[in-house]
Amino acid sequence: MTFLDYAVLLGFALVILGVALASIRLIKGPTLADRIVALDMMTVQLVAFAGLSALQSRNAAFLDVAVVLALVGFLATVCLARYLERRNAINREDRE
Amino acid sequence: MMIELLVAFLVVGGGFFCFAAGLGVLRLPDLLVRMHASTKAGTLGSGLILTAVAFAFLEGTVTARAVAAIVFLLLTAPVAAHLIGRAAFRTGVPMDAKTRCEPGVAEALHHRQPDEAPR
Repeated sequence: MTFLDYAVLLGFALVILGVALASIRLIKGPTLADRIVALDMMTVQLVAFAGLSALQSRNAAFLDVAVVLALVGFLATVCLARYLERRNAINREDRE
Repeated sequence: MMIELLVAFLVVGGGFFCFAAGLGVLRLPDLLVRMHASTKAGTLGSGLILTAVAFAFLEGTVTARAVAAIVFLLLTAPVAAHLIGRAAFRTGVPMDAKTRCEPGVAEALHHRQPDEAPR
């Protein structure tokens, strides 16, 4: 193993730690908005994970995974944010 | 050799910023402050690692895909953050005591008439 392999392993460890900390917030999160923020950031970190996989396996196909993951994560975040706003409006109309 | 040093530096730096983003999302006091960590540090960490991939392969197609992914992240992160922040602020998430907001805005949002509901 060269020092580059060790650096990639260290990068994997740090990214996995970041995802783990965000998933604690995903479970704890007092409101739905906290959970949306945690999920959004976990998607961005999975993009970094795909990049590290491309480095480790010397296979550039993982970059396609990264691009598609960024796209799907953005759509998911937009949908969840719209849902959060709409849900509040619908609940308010029901109360009145 | 120089390329490998640069790639290792970028990978470890990107991993550090990803870790810092996770730590910030877990430890910072309220939602609007947490979004500061998740959008800025998270995007920077992923961008650094994708730059490392571009330098490690040094091929045109790989560089193009890495640059496309970075540009896409940089374009979408502010939009997503704006949408979450807007939805959260309008639904009235609890804020930390130190988080200030312009006087009167929060009251006006919370006492809004139903026909002004967001579309």
